[in-house]
Amino acid sequence: MTYQVLAVLVIALLGWLLISNTLANMKARGIQSGFDFLSQPAGFDIGENWFNYEAGNPYWKAFLVGIMNTLRVAVIGCVLATVLGTLLGIARFSRNALLRGLSYGYVELFRNIPLLLQLLMWYLLFIEYLPAPNEALSIGKFIFLSKNGLSFPSFVWDQGHLVFQLPVAGEMQVEGGGSLTPEFMAVLLGLVFYTAAFIAEVVRAGIASVPTGQREAGASIGLSRARTMRLIVLPQALRLIIPPLTNQYLNLTKNSSLAVAVGYPELVSIANTSMNQSGRAVECIAIIMLVYLTLSLITSGLMNAFNRRAAIKER
Amino acid sequence: MQAFQPIPARPAPVHIAGVAARLRQNYFSSPANAMTTLLLLAAALWLLAKGIDWGVLHAVFAADADRCQAARGLGACWGVINEKARFILLGRYPQEEQWRPVLASFALMAPVFASCSRRFWRPSLALIWIAGLAVFFVLIGGGVAGLGKVPTDLWGGLPLTLMLSVLSMVLAFPLSVLVALGRRSNLPAIRSICLAYIELIRGVPLISVLFMASFMFPLFMPVGKTPDVLVRVVIGITLFAAAYMAEIIRGGLQTVGRGQVEAAASMGLSYWQAQRKIILPQALAAVVPSIVNNFISLFKDTSLVTIVSLYELTGALSLALGSDPNWRPFKIEAYLFIAAIYFAFCYAMSRYSLRLEKRLAHGAHKNND
Repeated sequence: MTYQVLAVLVIALLGWLLISNTLANMKARGIQSGFDFLSQPAGFDIGENWFNYEAGNPYWKAFLVGIMNTLRVAVIGCVLATVLGTLLGIARFSRNALLRGLSYGYVELFRNIPLLLQLLMWYLLFIEYLPAPNEALSIGKFIFLSKNGLSFPSFVWDQGHLVFQLPVAGEMQVEGGGSLTPEFMAVLLGLVFYTAAFIAEVVRAGIASVPTGQREAGASIGLSRARTMRLIVLPQALRLIIPPLTNQYLNLTKNSSLAVAVGYPELVSIANTSMNQSGRAVECIAIIMLVYLTLSLITSGLMNAFNRRAAIKER
Repeated sequence: MQAFQPIPARPAPVHIAGVAARLRQNYFSSPANAMTTLLLLAAALWLLAKGIDWGVLHAVFAADADRCQAARGLGACWGVINEKARFILLGRYPQEEQWRPVLASFALMAPVFASCSRRFWRPSLALIWIAGLAVFFVLIGGGVAGLGKVPTDLWGGLPLTLMLSVLSMVLAFPLSVLVALGRRSNLPAIRSICLAYIELIRGVPLISVLFMASFMFPLFMPVGKTPDVLVRVVIGITLFAAAYMAEIIRGGLQTVGRGQVEAAASMGLSYWQAQRKIILPQALAAVVPSIVNNFISLFKDTSLVTIVSLYELTGALSLALGSDPNWRPFKIEAYLFIAAIYFAFCYAMSRYSLRLEKRLAHGAHKNND
């Protein structure tokens, strides 16, 4: 009991000290506080736009755009990393030794180099080594890759109608279709290739945990290796895979904050700009933390629900 | 009624021996397998050829910006590493004093290596750590023993990367043990404080913790007193790492059976005595591999401090090339150089962790017999 009272007192004292210091500091430096700045005009442009955001729009709208950009790269990243990671994890059990070796090499290479460095390298690759937009690399005249990013056929809104549009290589630019900026591509590729290495390990450990007898039983009733994997091994491995996979999704979402280093306007980047402009450091950091905490809780909630469905149904 | 018709027995499995048979089994067991082998081999050889062409045959190894410029697009310019290695590895540290951070790094690595060996897993290891850290800070910071004082904003490169990761880990360790114990405590107030701390930190990205260290810590301090940015960042990383490590140690605590706690209590040991002498030694030994893995991710994560303007390996590189238009185009070669350094450290540690895991599993197995 004494310990508890002591601990609570220490924490309360620390909290009071921090708050009183902060208030004194803010007074001394003439810093304004409060979330009222959210309704003031932000005054900066954002490259990757949502909700018709303009520079004159209030800060809260800028933050909303940032959250959308974070979600966009995180959701697409999770899907792609899962696909790539699962393939790499299964490849570790291939009969082909070369495939096994390459998959192992991939995992070791990508997970032992800091993500930030990988992001910077992908970004450099896009803005320095890819050709200029007027001589973009193309795959069958449908997909174009250049310093300006990736263009691909997509449905777009054109004068109020949803139309399917192919990108066209113009004199200076690739026009039309859907397009992804080099910043987005660098962040996405970096996150996907990095996280896939970790997911591959998760999948490998999950598959390895299924007893060999299961695989042999599959073979003995005449299933091919691929079908044994799909029908016998993977469903059982899934139970062990889901909890650590959730962690990887959470990591990917949190890691998307590194996009600030290559200038992709996600939440942290927007908050950083807002912080420098409005001077409301405490509030901006609080918003970042609050949003990520919420995202973490939602992701783990969803994955827990999925986990309950995949769990063994005991009679 | 149909008569039973046995199908012919399958041939007995072929005994596999010899190089040719193993090669056939591993690479050409079926048409699909052979196809995979050939495709992968072709792709790998093509990449290798391109890589050698770019990285060796057309590469410029001399620190000659003009020749590098001429070879641009054809080959790598490894000369940039020749030219900038000192700056990338040591940052802005004064050139005439550069032996100090080099020596200091070795002093810092000595306790790390000692900790890797099981012979040193005893309380006196703490003394080795204190000595190593003291030598490190005296050498790199100076101000005593006739060494000139070097302010922390000039520290940089690999020594800074090592210091940030090692020091944060060392500081986080005792904190995480306390938090892990608190998380399992049956005192509700302490348990909820520890739980809130762990979940709060694990739910936010490191970069927001670093922002906090860099922008908010100054506000927390009494007016007019602001600790050095390096100190603030170390505190931030420590708090971050401790939350993750507390969860690892909690996992270790869970592997120690209830009987151990009860046995300790029945012998009249107090809570702290039981933890110190009975529970923690077993719990910690079980999670050393996970702690090493946590250290690997911490080591990689230190690259983030470049975003709050500390010039460790990644930051020193941007500083070295960003200000020099002659060498700026050859950033990718410099990136590959530090990627190789990070890889060497992380790969070595992950191998070590794997070996340790196997040996611990083996030991546990023997105990069960």
